[in-house]
Amino acid sequence: MRRALWIVAALIALALPFLVSKSFYLQIAASAYITAIAVYGLNVILGYTGLLSLGHAAFFGIGAYGVALLETRASWPFWPALVAACAASVLLGFLVGIVSLRTRGHYFAIFTAAVGVMISIVLTNWQDLTGGNIGIVNIPPPPAIGPLSFEGDTAKYYLVVAALAFAIALTALVRRSLFGRTLIAIAGNEDLARATGIDVARAKLTAFMLSTFLAGLAGGMFATYIGNLDPGSSGLDITFEQLLYLVIGGLGTIAGPLIGTLVLVGASQLLQGVEQYRFLIFGPLLVVLVIFFPHGITGAFNRLMAARPRSHRRTTATPETEAAVS
Amino acid sequence: MHLFFQELLNGLVVGSLYALVALGLALVYGTMQVPNFAHGHLYMLGAYVAFFGVTIAHIHYWPSLLLAVVVLAGVGVILERLVFRPLRDAPEVNAIIAAVGVLFFLQTLAQVLFGGDFRVLPTPYDHVVHFAGLIATQQQLIVIVAAGVLMLALFLFLKRTLIGATIEAVAQNRAGAALVGIDTDRVSMLVFAISAGMAAAAAALIASISLISPSMGFTVIFKAFAIVVLGGMGSIPGAILGAYILALAESFGATYISTSYEDVIAFAVLVLILTVKPTGLFAKGT
Repeated sequence: MRRALWIVAALIALALPFLVSKSFYLQIAASAYITAIAVYGLNVILGYTGLLSLGHAAFFGIGAYGVALLETRASWPFWPALVAACAASVLLGFLVGIVSLRTRGHYFAIFTAAVGVMISIVLTNWQDLTGGNIGIVNIPPPPAIGPLSFEGDTAKYYLVVAALAFAIALTALVRRSLFGRTLIAIAGNEDLARATGIDVARAKLTAFMLSTFLAGLAGGMFATYIGNLDPGSSGLDITFEQLLYLVIGGLGTIAGPLIGTLVLVGASQLLQGVEQYRFLIFGPLLVVLVIFFPHGITGAFNRLMAARPRSHRRTTATPETEAAVS
Repeated sequence: MHLFFQELLNGLVVGSLYALVALGLALVYGTMQVPNFAHGHLYMLGAYVAFFGVTIAHIHYWPSLLLAVVVLAGVGVILERLVFRPLRDAPEVNAIIAAVGVLFFLQTLAQVLFGGDFRVLPTPYDHVVHFAGLIATQQQLIVIVAAGVLMLALFLFLKRTLIGATIEAVAQNRAGAALVGIDTDRVSMLVFAISAGMAAAAAALIASISLISPSMGFTVIFKAFAIVVLGGMGSIPGAILGAYILALAESFGATYISTSYEDVIAFAVLVLILTVKPTGLFAKGT
């Protein structure tokens, strides 16, 4: 059932350029996918490990500015620029992680928020490098690989789909691995996890670096896909928005980040004209969800599936395994 | 040297503002372990209530300030009741996530109702005062004095009254307080009311010096968090001390280093402290 849904989703994503008439819709879909990649990163650190990183969008900004600057200022081609930007994001994640992960709970959220805001202020104020509030324009698209060219909207769309598929596969693999289970154990009870011999500090640092890697990757894709960039993309409000997508989609689930992003980006499109007021609905929605459905849409769906009588069902899903089976 | 004292004075004004905001945050954190990320937006709302009190309802400045305090105390109670109480036993990140939802809602609400324009609260106290070569407006001096009075009042309330003692009891041990017959839910609501009321008072005091806008809560909240961490989460004297330290650091930093990075100082302080001491500077024993 679940596998079938994923295949259908993949087919729809691949067929989309032939289904929609205007490239406008294709651009919205691609931007949503890019955001979803970043949300998958947030899922690793918050959904799996239970640590709220409020500096997530800043790492998105590092990836985006990394690609944009290397391409426009140093004339690097896209691919090495993307690798370098992701590396920069991970390196910064390593440095921030070493320090911030010594704190726990609320302190970690506040610490990462402060780091995020600082990065955002630097990106805004370091005008010689980043162009300040105007940002960077005319970021070239990726060069062709052999016969594969990334010039048109459709080609760039498929590139984003590939990156998203990579992010989903990576986080799904992590979730199923021993490392993923380690993270879930830490989220459940950090002291208990340490007592069973888990190197908690190392696991948390790795999870944090993985999350910053995905944020950087999303940023790099954003820079090359949109073609221009300003510091607004790295602000705290962007982190909050990604948090909203994740919580509504389903914390700690594999489909959650994608579902949450697509549903809310779609809803925002429906609200055209009053789009800037969407948080009048989304804000209270976030509160209601976190109180009544902490596992979001995907969690509710899983509960529904678990409640459905099925002869070959192996185990009864409990709230604890709910996150694990999706 | 003259510049130094002028900056000291400016630092004291801003420090008074920070102290009132950070106090509320520290009080809520100390009694309920809720890091209320929406606190800055309560402050923003308070500024608007006072502003409309003076400009539309044509009430005098002081009753408007009182009105802002009362309205926001009500909002604080509603917030505790509807949002934070149901999350008391949930994982601790859930309360932050809910606060983020509240923050988004309040900011958009202000945007819809009041528009994005910057406003200034008209004050009857805008005369300039000169003394010893320093320049200040009456309003700036009022901010310093009023903040002092409010902090003293809160201190006396917490230390000298029975209700104040129940708040301290809940802060020390929630279960223990419940065991001796304290209605902890009522204390929680009271604490939220005081916290939001203090933020509203701070906003009404400063709103005639700095600008009112729907996003004014964002900068303040992080400074308040920096202060609360600096002072040790939940410690009230620590929060007051931290507020003045940060404000003076910003004031002198802007003068002697660079204005464009003035706002970075708070975050740099925050990161530095948590790096050296992950539990905050004057943290109560864990």
